[in-house]
Amino acid sequence: MDDGQAIGSGRTWFLAGMRGIFSLPALMLMLSFVGFCAFTAQAGIPVEQTVFMVGAVWALPAKVILVSSMLSGANLLAAFIAVTLSSIRLMPMVAALVPEIRTGKTPTWLLLFLSHFVAITAWVFAMERVRTVPREHRVTFFAGFGITLVVANMLLVAAVYQYVTEFPPIVAGCLFFLTPVYFLASIWSSARHPVIYLALISGLVAGPFFYWLAPEFDILLAGVGGGTLAWLTERQWRKRGEGRHGSV
Amino acid sequence: MAVFEGWWPYVFIAIAGWLATDLWRWLGVLAGNRLRDDSEVLNWVRAVATALVAAVIAKLILYPTGVLEHSPLWLRLGSIAAGVTAFFIGRQKPAVGIATAIAVLAIGLYALGF
Repeated sequence: MDDGQAIGSGRTWFLAGMRGIFSLPALMLMLSFVGFCAFTAQAGIPVEQTVFMVGAVWALPAKVILVSSMLSGANLLAAFIAVTLSSIRLMPMVAALVPEIRTGKTPTWLLLFLSHFVAITAWVFAMERVRTVPREHRVTFFAGFGITLVVANMLLVAAVYQYVTEFPPIVAGCLFFLTPVYFLASIWSSARHPVIYLALISGLVAGPFFYWLAPEFDILLAGVGGGTLAWLTERQWRKRGEGRHGSV
Repeated sequence: MAVFEGWWPYVFIAIAGWLATDLWRWLGVLAGNRLRDDSEVLNWVRAVATALVAAVIAKLILYPTGVLEHSPLWLRLGSIAAGVTAFFIGRQKPAVGIATAIAVLAIGLYALGF
């Protein structure tokens, strides 16, 4: 069959994914990682462990919680539970991404392996860009982007570690603030479904509300509660719209 | 600090960091594999995933760590408001909103003597 062609174009799409390292999302994330690096350096975590953490955990909020647990001398089980609870969001994120990128022939082991490279930035980037990629090359495209992004940030952290503690406070503060600002702008501008706008707004409101109500489970409750509310509202609007069209 | 020496920190990171996050990613693959990309369940999953990320965003803005922990809340919210305004005026270009928010924050931090 056209195996040779498929391999060739596969490489092309892997490289196209790799080029995503020069995109705004990747740049924002790398700046955020410089900020995270400053956080670990100030906390006294050695550079080798910081680099290992970047590759092994990858999701930035999970790493912040892990470092906080290590600093407070939490035992392994307590740290495991804290990080596990904070990372539940990865499941719906991956579950929403998988139907967008797989084909009937995509092996599950490959998706399990590639899921490691999902964190907020890669997810936002992939959900935004994959629609421009032919379906049979989406997994390859994501692999190219995800793997490159992780390796680049491991190298970046190793390179800047010894300099970050000397950053002026304004630079450190702005680096930290880039993450939420970038997430907000990119989720809004890349939304393809009306439900995304509603979910974004309801999550922003529900987050602080549940932090006040039940701080240990705030993110989880805000996600399930805010997300379900957004979904119900959007479905109601959609049904009303369909009802109007149907009656004509 | 003793806790950061030897092989123990790597085991700690592998279990409390790696396993604790990949667990959910693997479950996500298994769940996502059963969803059709036009199903109502996927619509709900999308909404929940987005709201979860939004809650993380709100927490980073309202309860930051590091330098920003000591910055006033009105400055952080003001920077976001300026960024959102610029974002919509600038035809929803992310770079416009991001640059505006960060510039307002930087000016504010400078004015406050950070």
